[in-house]
Amino acid sequence: MIVVVALIVLLPFAAAAAGLLATRLGTRNLGARSEPTAYRRAAWFAIVPAAVSAALTVWLAAALAGGAGASEGRFWSELLPGRVEGTLTVVETGSVPISLTLRADGLSVLAGILVVVVALAVQVYSVGYMRDEPRYPSYSAFVSLFTSAMLLVVYAGDLIVLYVGWEIMGLCSYLLIGHWWEDRANSRAAVKAFLVTRLGDVGFLFGIFVLGSAAGGFRIDDVLRADIPRGTLVVATLLLLAGVAGKSAQVPLQTWLPDAMAGPTPISALIHAATMVAAGIFVVARLYPAFLAAPPTLDVLGVVAAVGMLGAALAALAQDDLKRVLAYSTISQLAYMAAALAAGSDRAAMFHLVSHGAFKALLFLCAGLVIHHVGSNLISHMGGLRRALPVTFWTMTIGFAALAGLPPASGFFSKDAVISAVEHGTGPAQPFVYASALLTVGVTGAYAARAWLRTFFGPARIEPLAEPPPGVAHVFDGREAPSSMLWPAGVLAVPALLLGLAGSAAGVEVEWGPAAVSLAVALLGAGIVYALWRAAPEQDPARLLGPFRVPCERAFYVDAAYAALIARPILRLARGVARTDARVVDGAVRGSGRATLGLSGLVRLAQNGNAQLYVTGLLAGLVLIAVAAVVLT
Amino acid sequence: MHVVYPVVVSALLFSIGVYGVLARRNAILVLMSVELMLNAVNLNLVAFDVWLGDRLHGGQVLTLFVIVIAAAEVGLGLAIVLAVFRTRRTVDVDRLRALAEVVRAPGSGRPDGEDAS
Repeated sequence: MIVVVALIVLLPFAAAAAGLLATRLGTRNLGARSEPTAYRRAAWFAIVPAAVSAALTVWLAAALAGGAGASEGRFWSELLPGRVEGTLTVVETGSVPISLTLRADGLSVLAGILVVVVALAVQVYSVGYMRDEPRYPSYSAFVSLFTSAMLLVVYAGDLIVLYVGWEIMGLCSYLLIGHWWEDRANSRAAVKAFLVTRLGDVGFLFGIFVLGSAAGGFRIDDVLRADIPRGTLVVATLLLLAGVAGKSAQVPLQTWLPDAMAGPTPISALIHAATMVAAGIFVVARLYPAFLAAPPTLDVLGVVAAVGMLGAALAALAQDDLKRVLAYSTISQLAYMAAALAAGSDRAAMFHLVSHGAFKALLFLCAGLVIHHVGSNLISHMGGLRRALPVTFWTMTIGFAALAGLPPASGFFSKDAVISAVEHGTGPAQPFVYASALLTVGVTGAYAARAWLRTFFGPARIEPLAEPPPGVAHVFDGREAPSSMLWPAGVLAVPALLLGLAGSAAGVEVEWGPAAVSLAVALLGAGIVYALWRAAPEQDPARLLGPFRVPCERAFYVDAAYAALIARPILRLARGVARTDARVVDGAVRGSGRATLGLSGLVRLAQNGNAQLYVTGLLAGLVLIAVAAVVLT
Repeated sequence: MHVVYPVVVSALLFSIGVYGVLARRNAILVLMSVELMLNAVNLNLVAFDVWLGDRLHGGQVLTLFVIVIAAAEVGLGLAIVLAVFRTRRTVDVDRLRALAEVVRAPGSGRPDGEDAS
């Protein structure tokens, strides 16, 4: 069965290799038909392996559900009790060995299903979205590579293997954010995402080292079973937390995610909403026993989550760019998962991870449809799209309902699980986290309602735009998107709507008390926005923030603060180093050359061509030597 | 006769020759000064040969060699002086400076053309 796991991981990788190497193979002779041929080939390379991977994952889930495995008392041991593990080889490093291990258990399969389903949906969607895009083959190959890397993270049985997948994901994220690199802002956003996540990854790598050297091996089972002193564990988990904050865009490394929306919208759906940013949460869940044994880390995680969820939700309320609204909402929802983890419930966190993956991917795909239709990312350019885009309207409505946590959509159940987990949580920061979570529910309802109303209701503000810049797809053409784009959205709407019911059927009980409270708060937030919008449909309901609107829109000036405190001093330092190199180091080299030349000029004065002078010098030297010989002997 | 007398004379002759080589401007006079130095050596050779009573008279034989070489050298030297006079219209040693290196302002560039930027 481990072969199946390996196949699930390797198929998208092979697809990536084929997509990069073989799409244009032999198409040069086809003339005008070469581009469509390459495009079609790339689409097949992208979709078929993803579909096979998805089918294999479903089969694996069925096998694990029927398997009798080592129950570890984790939350998935009732639902998916089986587990498989296989080691290809053990690499002796001289100190702590690295084992090339894959493993599949309930947690992996839960996340794995999410990854392959969203990846498949996004690949199908991209066929329509990236039509007429000359770099589509490389784009789809990078998406496949990303899928493979994420699956490697999910199925890794060894921390170093996990880290390999983790880094490849970062690379793919960078490449895909910068897909339209002709625009300077896009490549800057890509570099920013790369650098910020890298900053966290340094901590992550050192956390792995600390855990590995304390446990004497990097295999996850060994690490979790090892008897590690508490101080070491706290240090290791705090270091891991840095990587988690970087990848999952948590405070204080959250600034890259909104800028990452410069990439194509399907990428935002796959990487920057559903999967890669959830990898941080997944890793914490994977190593949860280690985190549970280090309560200070969980307290830090709780505070980070509490600050992040409310701040990001407020920022989402004030954004005008639809994708940035969703990006900030992603930060906020990821903070929910982190809060659930901090409160001690990895079950609630994973439940919310899966349902959030489904509904946020759905929201992004729908946003892509809207953007494709309108030709602009800005909400202020949208409005009244309800009639023009009926399918998009209904699917996106489901997505927003799930985001705001309205029953019966999945978000209601998973968010309730998170909030009841936070309510029952212990730890010094618990009241703060709980208050923040409840407030955020209200703000979430408000920004979801605002985006929904401003996009689909009210007066139409669409104007045919001039030739659009790269990054915002097409000119307005008044029709729904092609069916290759509608189908994935429609298919994703099903789990976004029903996953919660499935989850509660599978054993996650709804606590109706907190659920009623959070539903009331969400409806209150949405109701305030509705009332404001109703009073003046032309104006942005974000005006309810009053004087706080500008700080919220700028995400509380965190970017500006980082630029002033970190980016600019580093740039100044770099310029100083460059100047020192040019003036001092190079100056010393050039100066010694010049000094030699000058001194040699003095010596050259004797070479005046007068042979008698030379002979005189000769004689003088001879006399000197003779005198010296006489005097010194 | 005591050996000191010829040695002193030869030292004087040699000094005059050195002075002539170093200080005269006319190339022919420089050549003549060289001859003076050679002859000072010859005088020494003969004087010491007699003083030491060498039975093979190596000093005198060597003197004959030196005279022959000096004759050849003067012939060569005069030919050079003539050639120089034909091309330069002068035999003034002070003005014959073709050996001098071309003087540049220091730091204006390396002689091999690579610019010191």
